Amino acid sequence: MNPVVVRLLAPVPALVLAPLLLGLIGRVKAIMGARRGAPLLQPYRDLARLLGKGEVLSTTATALFRLGPLVALASTAAALFLLPTGPLTPVLSFPGDFLLLAYLLALGRFGTLAAAMDTGSAFEGMGASREAAFSALSEPALFLALGGLAWARHDLSLGALLGGGTAAGLALQAPALGLFTAALFLLLLAENSRIPVDDPATHLELTMIHEVMVLDHSGPSFAAILYGASLKLWIFASLLVSVWIPAGLPAWASAGLYAAGMALVAVSVGLVESLTARLKLAKVPRFLALAGVLAGLGCLVLFAGGRP
Amino acid sequence: MSGPLISLGILVAGAILSALCGRRSLAAAGVALVSVSLAAAAGMPTALRVLVTGRAVSWRAPWSLPWGSLSLALDPLSAFFIAFILMLAVPFAFYGRGYLARHRGSSWQSLSWSLYQILVASMVLVVSSADGLLLLMAWEAMSVASLFLVIHDHEEEGVLKDGLVYAVAAHLGVAALLGLFALWGGWAGSLRFADLAAVPLSRGASWTLFLLAVAGFGSKAGLVPFHVWLPKAHPAAPSHVSALMSGVMIKMGIYGILRILLLLGGWQPGWGYLLLAMGGSSALLGVLYALGQHDLKRLLAYHSVENVGIITIGIGAGVLARTAGMGIASLLAFTGALLHVLNHGLFKGLLFCGGGAAAQASGTREMDALGGLLKRMPWTGTGFLVGSMAICALPPLNGFASEFLIYSGLLSGALSGRAAPSLVLFFSVPVLALAGGLALACFAKAFGVVFLGEPRSAPARDAREASLWMAAPMLVLASACLAIGLMAPLVVSLIAEPASALAGGAAAAGGEGVAAILSKVALAGWALLLLAAILLALRWLLLRGRTVSKTPTWGCGFSAPTARMQYTASSFAEPLLGPLRGVLRPRVHLIEPRGLFPEGGSFSSHLEDWADKILYEPLFGGAANLAGRVRPLQQGRLQLYLLYTLLALIALVLWQVLA
Repeated sequence: MNPVVVRLLAPVPALVLAPLLLGLIGRVKAIMGARRGAPLLQPYRDLARLLGKGEVLSTTATALFRLGPLVALASTAAALFLLPTGPLTPVLSFPGDFLLLAYLLALGRFGTLAAAMDTGSAFEGMGASREAAFSALSEPALFLALGGLAWARHDLSLGALLGGGTAAGLALQAPALGLFTAALFLLLLAENSRIPVDDPATHLELTMIHEVMVLDHSGPSFAAILYGASLKLWIFASLLVSVWIPAGLPAWASAGLYAAGMALVAVSVGLVESLTARLKLAKVPRFLALAGVLAGLGCLVLFAGGRP
Repeated sequence: MSGPLISLGILVAGAILSALCGRRSLAAAGVALVSVSLAAAAGMPTALRVLVTGRAVSWRAPWSLPWGSLSLALDPLSAFFIAFILMLAVPFAFYGRGYLARHRGSSWQSLSWSLYQILVASMVLVVSSADGLLLLMAWEAMSVASLFLVIHDHEEEGVLKDGLVYAVAAHLGVAALLGLFALWGGWAGSLRFADLAAVPLSRGASWTLFLLAVAGFGSKAGLVPFHVWLPKAHPAAPSHVSALMSGVMIKMGIYGILRILLLLGGWQPGWGYLLLAMGGSSALLGVLYALGQHDLKRLLAYHSVENVGIITIGIGAGVLARTAGMGIASLLAFTGALLHVLNHGLFKGLLFCGGGAAAQASGTREMDALGGLLKRMPWTGTGFLVGSMAICALPPLNGFASEFLIYSGLLSGALSGRAAPSLVLFFSVPVLALAGGLALACFAKAFGVVFLGEPRSAPARDAREASLWMAAPMLVLASACLAIGLMAPLVVSLIAEPASALAGGAAAAGGEGVAAILSKVALAGWALLLLAAILLALRWLLLRGRTVSKTPTWGCGFSAPTARMQYTASSFAEPLLGPLRGVLRPRVHLIEPRGLFPEGGSFSSHLEDWADKILYEPLFGGAANLAGRVRPLQQGRLQLYLLYTLLALIALVLWQVLA
């Protein structure tokens, strides 16, 4: 096939399969809770149903309320262009592209926050405030983990800093990489509003973070929010899976490892959600600090050990 | 060199004409608009030519002042700053024409327009002078002109006091600069920059000079711990002056540091560490204090402290990387720092214009009394939104391009090994990242509370859109923010000369690589816009022919929501500031609700500056105390003074006899 076409294929698995991650988490939770639960493909059904509806807008809101979810989805989707997917190299790659990835996610967050504040609702303001605070505190951990990986692989582009490790290098740097993976997993839970930081299934607005920000959205806008959230989960899962896939494998092996890794992450999230309780909101900063400490520790281990 | 000289001439002539206008303040404003525009038209071509070719021009005239010489020079660094000053002075002036139109007809206002032009002229002179004494004179003119601009609204409560703080801070800074040039000029035997650069310096001497420069220029730039005047003086000024001061004037401090670095040569790694530490603490403390503010313009002023910190991180990284022999990292960091100087001028100017317009339309700067202004002031609100996104470094706007370069400088230096410089550069990355995350929270708060939701007071409900004089410059500034983000490689090629002069010649070859990377960043920006447009079209297609109804915001079952129930600025910042209460120590007034049917509970918190409380209050309190003790000497009685004279004479005679 034409190499340009192959390159453009990289975001396709994410665009198609990302809601499946949510479905898988839901299945794990249902099984762990001994419930029948929703089918695996429920997120797709939800999306289809929402896309078929009209919308209800708030009288307080401005055009930003309609733009916010679209900006969030567009920026998350744009971030997929920078992400390697198993054997597929990213569409756009340059030194420092992980900075762009982080700031694209920030743009998406700004869009959501602005749309929430636009409704003038006390609850949505509350959610926006929490989301802004917690994601600000998770920023250093993300940059430490990705910066540490860049140092380990001696390269500043995502394609190389995630996928550039040889099997021997992976084994050698396993302690540091393990710490980075742990930090990224904690970030995945925090940034994607999972337990123990947020509970995506809660019914009490006062305890919500992400869900309360999108209370007033409906129809296709809400579909954009749900879909964008699944893409964001995919991105975080992909970051921590890609680290462990050695370079130089045949394409099928790399694709298989990647798929297995993504499924493993979804199952782990489901298990964490089933087995742990939510943290008190006041303790969330400590949780995020823990992610930062793990990532920083990984960097120190790396620096002490040196590069192979 | 004739271009900037003509600019200076036009500005001075305009200043005189404006001052002569007396009560016809609109005429004074007209003169100012014409003269600032003409000055920009006259000065820009020369500045751009120097920037593109990299060949410096200079001019010298005989002067009878002792120690000084009337010599001006335009090297790429000066040319960059001249272009920057002249380019931004124009939109701010047009905005000011609209902003001051309410109180027209006072001769004080004509004077203010005159001072505006003097301020611009003195800044042009600061960056083009090639002599220490001339620079100091221009510096002082700049401080005095801006001081009188700050106290324009002197009838308002507190403005004079803020002006006084500014005056004291500015002159403490000048004292450090006087020391700097006195010492250095003493060693060199002249104050001309060429002579200063030529004198060989010992390690201790160059450290002394560097520290004096950081104290003197850093206090103008607003670096922690010299920043306390900035959040007081900038909000007190009329908004177009706030924009000029926050966007442009504080960068004169950055220029000074860069100029002294170029003149000193023989850089020490310690300078890089010091600048990184000051930059990092300015960035973090600036944004934390900004989060705690209720006053919109004071919040913006604290963000100037943050952004000067980001610029200084770039400079510190550049210095450190160059001393460690990491040429490309140094080039990236200096390019980022210079680009951020320009970008911050654009978006901070835009934010002050937007914030000022909102505050003027609703009669208060108190964020908790505002709200819902985007509906009432769509142009102002859109401008403020673009500025907010740019200052949070969100792609595809200009702030991202410059912060990306600074990050790249830090990281590419960090990647080169595990020696001390690399490690320090590496661990500066999370500091910058945290400041970025906090800035996003802060602007989600500022924009959300002021422009979104429902108005929290009657004046905010009746606010009307600003005049075209004010809206048009905001539109221009917002477009510039977007354009620089989408065409970053072009702009970076314009600042390649000054950046490579700072990073050292060896790094010049890396310039093309920088532009190539930035072109990919810009490409991603275009892709993002395209994606958003596609999604917008999809939404429109989906909703065509379906019902889109409007209802009040969902109040979770509560049927009588009021505007007072919305999250306020303080409540928004609480999750971030709450855990830091022990460090930041806000003043809290809490009346707890009591009883079964509580009435009249209230809560308010004020964040006071740490540096004010720990550093300056004891310092100035002590100084005032000392002055109080000396006061008995000054009784105002003639006999007493004659007695002092007599005693002094006797002492002198004794000294003569005994010696």
